[in-house]
Amino acid sequence: MDTFEPIIVAFCCHYCAYTAADMAGSMRLHYPPNVKIVRVPCSGKVDAIHIMKAFEKGADGVYVAGCLEGDCHFKNGNVKASRRVKYIKELLDEIGIGGERVEMVTMSAGMGPQFAKTAIEMTEKIRKLGPNPVKDMAAKRRRAVGQG
Amino acid sequence: MKTESVLEKILAAGHLAVTSECGPPRGALPEKVKEKAEMLRGYVDAINVTDNQTAVVRMSSLSACILIKQLGLDPILQMVTRDRNRLAMQSDILGAYAHGINNMLCLSGDHPCFGDHPMAANVYDLDSMQLIQVVRKMRDEGRFQGGDEIENPPKMFIGAAANPFADPFELRAIRLAKKVKAGVDFIQTQCIYNIDKFGKWMKEICERGLNEKVSILAGITPLKSAGMANYMRNKVPGMDVPEELVKRMAGVPKKDQADEGIKICLETIEQLKTMEGIRGFHIMAIEWEQKVPEIVERAGLLPRPQV
Amino acid sequence: MITAERKPLEEIIEYVRPFGKILLVGCNECVTVCSAGGRKEVGLLSSALQMAFMKEGKMLEIKEMTLERQCDPEYVEELSGHINQVDAVLSMACGCGVQEIAQRYREKPVFPAVNTKFMGASERQGVWSERCQGCGNCLLGLTGGICPVARCSKRLLNGPCGGSTKGKCEINPEIDCAWQLIWDRLKALGQEERYSDIIPAKDWRPSRDGGPRKIIREDLAS
Repeated sequence: MDTFEPIIVAFCCHYCAYTAADMAGSMRLHYPPNVKIVRVPCSGKVDAIHIMKAFEKGADGVYVAGCLEGDCHFKNGNVKASRRVKYIKELLDEIGIGGERVEMVTMSAGMGPQFAKTAIEMTEKIRKLGPNPVKDMAAKRRRAVGQG
Repeated sequence: MKTESVLEKILAAGHLAVTSECGPPRGALPEKVKEKAEMLRGYVDAINVTDNQTAVVRMSSLSACILIKQLGLDPILQMVTRDRNRLAMQSDILGAYAHGINNMLCLSGDHPCFGDHPMAANVYDLDSMQLIQVVRKMRDEGRFQGGDEIENPPKMFIGAAANPFADPFELRAIRLAKKVKAGVDFIQTQCIYNIDKFGKWMKEICERGLNEKVSILAGITPLKSAGMANYMRNKVPGMDVPEELVKRMAGVPKKDQADEGIKICLETIEQLKTMEGIRGFHIMAIEWEQKVPEIVERAGLLPRPQV
Repeated sequence: MITAERKPLEEIIEYVRPFGKILLVGCNECVTVCSAGGRKEVGLLSSALQMAFMKEGKMLEIKEMTLERQCDPEYVEELSGHINQVDAVLSMACGCGVQEIAQRYREKPVFPAVNTKFMGASERQGVWSERCQGCGNCLLGLTGGICPVARCSKRLLNGPCGGSTKGKCEINPEIDCAWQLIWDRLKALGQEERYSDIIPAKDWRPSRDGGPRKIIREDLAS
């Protein structure tokens, strides 16, 4: 388990977290390469199925990063996203994957250090949880589809 | 006289009637029923027998009524529309009358969610208003609800409940008028603690002339403790216990609270005796049945008239 | 609309456990509107089920389809080309849809993935509440457009009972007292006198009590 390097998908809102990630880069702040960023126009654009598919394909953790409460450029996309994350947490608990593998976080565009901190914390947390239990099967399935 | 009911005769003679109640036991225990009923002998004119009250399974009201009738006392068969459809209810009415029971109280009943079988189906084929209509039709027209003729129709003195304290208040007198229209003979009210509000309701009843058409028995429940007063005030839907009363109960030492409760109850009866439209009292001493004789005696309601 | 809610996954998983390949069928009508069994929910359930079995080292192959209307044989027919390639069908439609599949494909097991709840309306985004019990003899004309059969906890036709408190039902302060609503509405319409009429004992034959119901329109029936 020492060698386990989690794959974490971060759905980042274009107006805040994605810009914060940029800033973290330009500030030369270090954050783990485990975090794979998917830029979205608004955290509210992240559907439940996107999160589920990430896990189904073998991600070990997912987080949705939206604007601070009250700051959504589309009024309340971040609030909707956080409700969806809560729903997915329950679904993941029900199927035994573990709801703690998905989180909702909020930050502003200027919070570069916060972005790096979140990435580090999330990576550590998932590292402790261990791999997504469907990871191996997901890889097998990918190979099977590839061969087909 | 519409029936052979002693209660009807007492009311017709202009006496203040007194009724009380007996909750059947949660087991096949005839002695318990007899014990509770015997306690009331000579103190009340008729005894309500509850029908799975608060939606908790108990010995059936009908069988407990029969046991009480066999003691030579007069039961009032309470019937809720929650548990049985119109077939079952009408057959029980025939059965009750066959045993000489001639008083009934028509109720909708507490919702099953309050009881010991919250998972039970909720029947409500009829509501209390319609049950009154059914019992009256059986008596006055000699017909079942379905229309067929009844051989030896049951002659029931028909009662119903009224809660002057439930919302919306403006509907409460109108709703009683509906029960009168449906054919009710007597009413037992919800426990009265807020005499002002009750008086307002009663005034409207008299203005509508309903007191001429139906005998209203005021519901009385002695408070046993400050805790009970508080509980009734805050937790029981449709119950109105004014804050002053809770304070008065809490203002005396715990050991004297029961006495204070009886005192309040006697004062209430005294005030209501002179209120226009009041034809008697229905004393419900919850978990405190042994106090009923004392209350009746101290309220000056003895001896009970012989009719 | 007819509302529904997804069953607990545990129950669904047990239904499909014996099978290797299933058809997961949604419906574009009511269950789509109440977000219980439309295309979106089919996708989510499919993903969740696959992961649940992958976790056990097992592959469950799921073919996803969403029909225009699962309660209509015309659309259920669309499954005929796929039905032989699967071991069982899991339906996300209401009970009508599940039964339509069972009737058309007699040799194929079909399981419900949702609990059909009630005929209701959308109160706001994500909230639905009961409005109609399909009693077969509508009383709304007498009760100010608010149904006591569906909305009074005791379905009293001459309410309110003694438990009505500040406009709420005694069984739950979240539930409006239907008779308070009826009274308020009659007042707003200036029809207070309506309340004084006793609504007589209802004939429940047109309801479920008269046995399973059927509508035949001679002018349309083929």
